[in-house]
Amino acid sequence: MQNAQTNRPKSLLASLGVDIQLLTLILALVAVWVGFQIWSGGIFLSPRNLWTLTAQTAVVGIMVGGMVLVIVARQIDLGVGSVLGFTAMIMAVLQASAPMGLNLPWVLAMLVGIAVGVLIGAFNGYLSAFWGVPAFVVTLAGMLVFRNGTFSVSSFTIAPLDPTFQILGGGINGSIGELWTWVFGIAASLLVVWQTITGRTRRQKNGFDVRPMWSEALVLGVTVALILAFAAVMNSYPIPGTGIDNIPAVASGMPVPTLIALAVLGYLNWMTRATRFGRYIFAIGGNPEAANLAGINVKMMMVYIFALMGFLTAIAAAVQAARLNSATPTVGRDLELTVIAGAVIGGTVLSGGSGTILGAALGALLMSSLENGLGLVGVRTEQQKIYLGIVLLVAVLWNVISTRRKGGR
Amino acid sequence: MMTPMIEMNNISLRFGGNQALDDVSVNLYPGEVVGLLGHNGAGKSTLIKVLSGAYQADSGEIKIEGKHVEIKSPQDSQRHGVETIYQTLALADNLDAVANVFLGREKVNGFVLSEDEMEVEARKVLDRLRVKIPSLRVPVQNMSGGQRQTVAIARAVYFKAKVLIMDEPTAALGPEETSKVSELIAALKAEGVGIFLISHDLHDVFDLADRCTVMKNGKVVGTVNTKDVTQDQVLGMIIGGVMPDVPNAT
Repeated sequence: MQNAQTNRPKSLLASLGVDIQLLTLILALVAVWVGFQIWSGGIFLSPRNLWTLTAQTAVVGIMVGGMVLVIVARQIDLGVGSVLGFTAMIMAVLQASAPMGLNLPWVLAMLVGIAVGVLIGAFNGYLSAFWGVPAFVVTLAGMLVFRNGTFSVSSFTIAPLDPTFQILGGGINGSIGELWTWVFGIAASLLVVWQTITGRTRRQKNGFDVRPMWSEALVLGVTVALILAFAAVMNSYPIPGTGIDNIPAVASGMPVPTLIALAVLGYLNWMTRATRFGRYIFAIGGNPEAANLAGINVKMMMVYIFALMGFLTAIAAAVQAARLNSATPTVGRDLELTVIAGAVIGGTVLSGGSGTILGAALGALLMSSLENGLGLVGVRTEQQKIYLGIVLLVAVLWNVISTRRKGGR
Repeated sequence: MMTPMIEMNNISLRFGGNQALDDVSVNLYPGEVVGLLGHNGAGKSTLIKVLSGAYQADSGEIKIEGKHVEIKSPQDSQRHGVETIYQTLALADNLDAVANVFLGREKVNGFVLSEDEMEVEARKVLDRLRVKIPSLRVPVQNMSGGQRQTVAIARAVYFKAKVLIMDEPTAALGPEETSKVSELIAALKAEGVGIFLISHDLHDVFDLADRCTVMKNGKVVGTVNTKDVTQDQVLGMIIGGVMPDVPNAT
């Protein structure tokens, strides 16, 4: 076979199959964590703070995967912060302060909010794909319209919300408990092991290159160890009020918002790699004209991509409102920038065609680690943004440099 | 007389004030290579885009194997067995060779892409084209011009084209790669595939084409059998729009 792969000796990183950009991101994250651990005098890496950190990351984590897809398709969505505020307010008003006292059950209120989010997204995609209005402008308009739309729905804070709804935010009772956290950790580990083994067997059967056994085992081992360590940390944070004054400690387990974010990110990660929909998003980002000539309905794809972003924004809105146990007219302000920054730090290229869900998830975690850590050591909120801005700039600079080194265009 | 594989009759297309195609008629028989010649802007690529479904003609008709067909999109054209290799190659540069060969026509198992099956098939068709591509799993933007061209050709060949449209297939290639493309065209012709070859390189066309259709300012100057004419006579058609006095010319 002419196209058989040659067996050149590979570098350590290449045989591990680990992307250098991803590795840099992980190292940066480790550095930030260790730095804050020292600076905060050992508070940052305590189970309590890590538990809070995962819950804080959830809102951005739910949205960042959608933003990756939007940016990969050469678009941008500047409206997500305002749409989050708008849909959160709708969900809150409908369940707690509906006109004439006709409060809806929280599930219905949430579904209405989600439907509104999907429609706004689909409309954004429709305007930019079918009428040629740049997504930047369409969603900039949406940012203004829906922020002030939020004030129009209610100019004051709506609270409290339904106690069951609050579970989505990870407050009281908002964790899945010790047992289910272990079930989640073990199920996730088994899934990763199963995927690696079946993938490897299949590739060998077809005579394709496989990674050396030791590298496969090492990557797999580290992944499983991280998953189980995560479950262990979530379980070593006791529910507040237990474990003191002779009350036995009850492990809290993973917060529900974290579970939602992980499920969303896991699904999107699979979708981008394994389905036509995911493949077409990248094809459009790489060459829209080629995608069109290949028979991909580029315009409808844009509608779907933006509708997905709207859907995820509304899910994040539910989590945010539940976390705060209220909706305020300003909720989600500036959030679009955090989401875009997370995607970009995670290696998503703003000109489109390139980006990963895993990278963006780590980017979002890095952003919220910085926010959490700076808050913990007492840096004022206004000053935090300075650090976040600098980190964003450095991350993009690093991406540009490493893309150039790889010989990309 | 056998039925032409493709008949394009009296095709006209106007872009704003510009008559891009003016009453153009061409045809193509099975196992035949027809060279489409003309200056930039003569209407060659526009004509071919009408056949491949990228543009729709204002008037005129297209027959495939004697039957009237409506071609409103690239998919329509592909469904009738017409595959196009565009001058720009129309590859998604960020995707690998396998993804590009199957773009828009992926093999799936339920909702899930059958990646391994596609890789096996892509490897087979690329081996057949005899251009060495070390890894099919790197983005095509990291490949050489010849390798990228081969991926674009593999895309068309894999789906069993009855008619192949090649727009400047050798423009980006070195001499060795060009001769491989020539071999490929000869092999496909022997299999009965009809080929429209668009080129501004007269040597290529004279080596490969059975007939030449020359276009100028959106009109057909004429069609001649390659073996009946000299390169100078064809140049006269391209530049001056002058028909040479040869038999069987139309």
